[in-house]
Amino acid sequence: MRKSVGDYPLVILALLLSAYGIAVVYSAGQTDFPVAYVVGAWKRQLAWFGLALGAAYFLYRASVRLVDWLTVPLYWIGIVLLIVTLIFGSGAGTAASVKGWLTIGGIRLGQPAELAKLTVVLMLARVLASRKEAPKTLLDLWKPAAVVGVPWLLIMAQPDLGTGIVFIGIFFALLYWSGVSWQLLALIASPAVSLILAFSTGLWGAWFLILIALVLYYRPYMVEGVVLVLANVAMGVIAPLLWERLAPYQQRRLLVFLDPSADPRASGYHVLQSQVAIGSGGWFGKGYTLGTQKRLAFLPAQHTDFIFSVVGEELGFIGVTLALTLFLLLFLRVVRVASRANDSFGSLVAFGLGASWFVHVLVNVGMTLNLMPITGIPLPFFSYGGSFMLASWLAIGVLLRISSEGRGRADTLAV
Amino acid sequence: MSFHPNEVQRRGRTATFILTGAFVFLASAFFRTQILEHAAYNLQSETNRLREVPLPAPRAIIYDRHGAVIAENLPGYSVSILAKTSDSLRVALRGLSGVISLTPEQIEAAVRRFRQAPNRPTVVLADASFDVVSVLEERRVDFPGLIIQAAPKRYYPDKEAVAAFVGYTGEITESELNQRAYRGYKSGQDVGKAGLERQYEAQLRGKEGTHFVEVDARGRVVGEAGGRGDITPESPDPLYTNIDLDLQRFAATLFGDSLQGGVMAMDPKTGEVLAIHSAPSFDPNKFIGGVSTSYYSQLRDDPRRPLYNKVIQGLYPPGSTFKLATAIMGMEANLVGLDDHMPTPCSGGYFFGNRYFRCWEKKGHGDVNLRQAIEKSCDVFFYQLGLKLGITRMLAGGVSLRMNDKSGIDLPNEKRPLWPYAAEYFNKRYGPGGWSNGVLLSLSIGQGENSQTVANMARFYTALATDGSVVRPEIVRRQTERTKVFRLTPDQIAGLQRAMAGVVSSRGTAASAQIEGVVIAGKTGTAQTGVFRNGIELNHAWFTGYAPAEDPKIVIAVMLELVPYHGSVAARIASKMIEHYLKRPTIQGAQLEGD
Repeated sequence: MRKSVGDYPLVILALLLSAYGIAVVYSAGQTDFPVAYVVGAWKRQLAWFGLALGAAYFLYRASVRLVDWLTVPLYWIGIVLLIVTLIFGSGAGTAASVKGWLTIGGIRLGQPAELAKLTVVLMLARVLASRKEAPKTLLDLWKPAAVVGVPWLLIMAQPDLGTGIVFIGIFFALLYWSGVSWQLLALIASPAVSLILAFSTGLWGAWFLILIALVLYYRPYMVEGVVLVLANVAMGVIAPLLWERLAPYQQRRLLVFLDPSADPRASGYHVLQSQVAIGSGGWFGKGYTLGTQKRLAFLPAQHTDFIFSVVGEELGFIGVTLALTLFLLLFLRVVRVASRANDSFGSLVAFGLGASWFVHVLVNVGMTLNLMPITGIPLPFFSYGGSFMLASWLAIGVLLRISSEGRGRADTLAV
Repeated sequence: MSFHPNEVQRRGRTATFILTGAFVFLASAFFRTQILEHAAYNLQSETNRLREVPLPAPRAIIYDRHGAVIAENLPGYSVSILAKTSDSLRVALRGLSGVISLTPEQIEAAVRRFRQAPNRPTVVLADASFDVVSVLEERRVDFPGLIIQAAPKRYYPDKEAVAAFVGYTGEITESELNQRAYRGYKSGQDVGKAGLERQYEAQLRGKEGTHFVEVDARGRVVGEAGGRGDITPESPDPLYTNIDLDLQRFAATLFGDSLQGGVMAMDPKTGEVLAIHSAPSFDPNKFIGGVSTSYYSQLRDDPRRPLYNKVIQGLYPPGSTFKLATAIMGMEANLVGLDDHMPTPCSGGYFFGNRYFRCWEKKGHGDVNLRQAIEKSCDVFFYQLGLKLGITRMLAGGVSLRMNDKSGIDLPNEKRPLWPYAAEYFNKRYGPGGWSNGVLLSLSIGQGENSQTVANMARFYTALATDGSVVRPEIVRRQTERTKVFRLTPDQIAGLQRAMAGVVSSRGTAASAQIEGVVIAGKTGTAQTGVFRNGIELNHAWFTGYAPAEDPKIVIAVMLELVPYHGSVAARIASKMIEHYLKRPTIQGAQLEGD
């Protein structure tokens, strides 16, 4: 029997997170030297939230089939918008040199990258769901790789490293959910590892031996094996060249990630001040709206990228744990939805949307404690930003629909 | 696509495991930062938001022996700027100089202070006038890092009259900051630079307080820090001195602007310094908050050297005031008694070798005994006594009488007097055989290789006024330190004292210094300088003595530098001070009520 009742836990978790987030956006505006734009942010966020709720309800009413049908045109619209943005886009705020905004006549319409995150999940899910069985060889992967690769390159050209990381996360998460083996995933990931380890010859050499062992054990086709090894060699060679290609601010950010105190006044400053804010919060925080680091403008981008530092400073470890627990419960619920979807497309879409959020949370929250490099990706439901709020709730709408269409497989899945 | 329920279930479990693991990881990272490392981060956040504005402490008040104020603190204002970088400080200073006048030197000084202590507010004006403060208060909004605060300002009500011993304060210099003695001092603070202010810095210095202000990331002052109260500055206990301010003022008036020289008066039994003045003097108040270049160069270029303390730093031949030392040495060696005569009577001079040594009295003194030689200051008598002593006993005697020691007064930068420690001194200076016993003749009358400070001569006369013990001069009440420097019988000492009383009598060289009802004892001295003004040779005119002769209450040493007078003029100044000190109505209540 088809369920007509909504997935209340999912909705409630998303509503709680949104309410928590808007409350913190309000607090972020409460500083000793108020910036009008930030003071009013919570009202606009609330308006976007209302709009997003409507849109989510609309998607919830629509069939998953409709979403499936819309996937291809949406994907291509997303690609076109990314190209248009690359040509006509403009920067904004702290990331003024990044062409991430689609601007027409001086009015910033939104960030196409936010839309692309959704369309890539849909498209990738469609491509993977269309196969009879999970990709087993590298050759089988060319199509999924192209689906992610094209928008990924467009986004990296902005350049927006953070969103690029999200795409890679989505790619691996969906391959995994579609049943690709661990070994193959490891082989795909190997050039990336080479890229990072290439800066140390010894480490890279060691990795190379592990790779050869992996290839011998997994026994891919000869061509694949050769391509893989060559790819690793190539990455090792071009890594220093790629480093040169990075914009200076990206290089600085990566270096500062390794040692924030190396440059405490400039690039490392944000991370250090964020750590100070969070660390000074203690168990219960300094009180809602009372964070001194935030009030005195020591926190950078406290209403967007570093909003979680405000949570840590004002609401303490308790507030942080509450937020993280809400996120964890939401993600576990999404896994449940993915597990119980009545077709592979819906299941993959659900898992992909959840994975996208997970990467956001992991990178954004990790960044505030210097566990991740500063990439400027927002925290779902928390960071101020209209398109992201809308996109998140569109995803909730889709998830609700998938959940409601799911087969009640409670007998096989206890999640 | 492999979506068998079991497969999905397995992947779902793995995903749950990975998700939970990631969140445990994040939560533990937050636990470490927020709970385990909380203290360190909390401190950092406190220092982030709070800036310490030092509250200068008033220095201790300095009183004289009767409770009159010598140094006090007046309310003043200082203007400082809290800046994050020297660039932003410069911007702020440029803004300020549009409102109040700032010289380029003041701006550079402020930048220098900032470099030394970037976390403290940078003092721009240590002593701002009320006009400047009101102009700035009106436009406070334009200068976000501006701090105007009350800053006690040192004040010496008696100005020039007390400068010689009280000294002054000034901003600590970069080199002082590096010295061990000034550990714990911070740039911009005031320290004693001279006199008592410097000598007793540790006791005079107050404990700086702290006022916390909250600033934002750009260093703008947001408000007062609610949570942390001020640490109020602590003023130290007052410093009580032995100075008799009334006598001190009187001494300063006697010297006026025209005379140059120094005077020191002390209690012969306790060493309490009653007055110490060096003329010409300067106004120490003009040094507070930074001395102006014009006033400083005026003082520096004055040939009379007002900044040079003539009591403890000036070295002068003591002249005939030293004859008492020669007499003591002769009596200790049993070479002469008070009624003994020398082989050759005084005929106005004395032949030694092929040289003729003059007596100051060209007519000669005739055949005099020791007492008369002291009264009349007969050089010829002492030439012969010196020769009898011989170089070894003479030099050793001078050393025993502390002629090459500092007086030990509690003031900084006292100079050590010049007195040859042994005959070896002459061998080193002139070569063996390069000198003769002729030096003895000069030494015996206080000339030659002998330069004393006024303070040391005053100390020497405390021994003559008592039982042969010199007492260390004390401006601030300390432990009295008396040292026996010669051993004569009470009769011998009484004889010398009678002779010194004879000096200030109708028979002696200081006849004009006699006063009604008080017997003064002492010795004049006139040291020739070879400096001529208007054709007259200038002298250093000395008088050292004490009164009342029968029960000494005050020892006094007066030295007039480069004057066309003799020691008798110095004696008149001394006697006026003695008269003022001994004869004025005492200020004690019981005495005022009278009977």
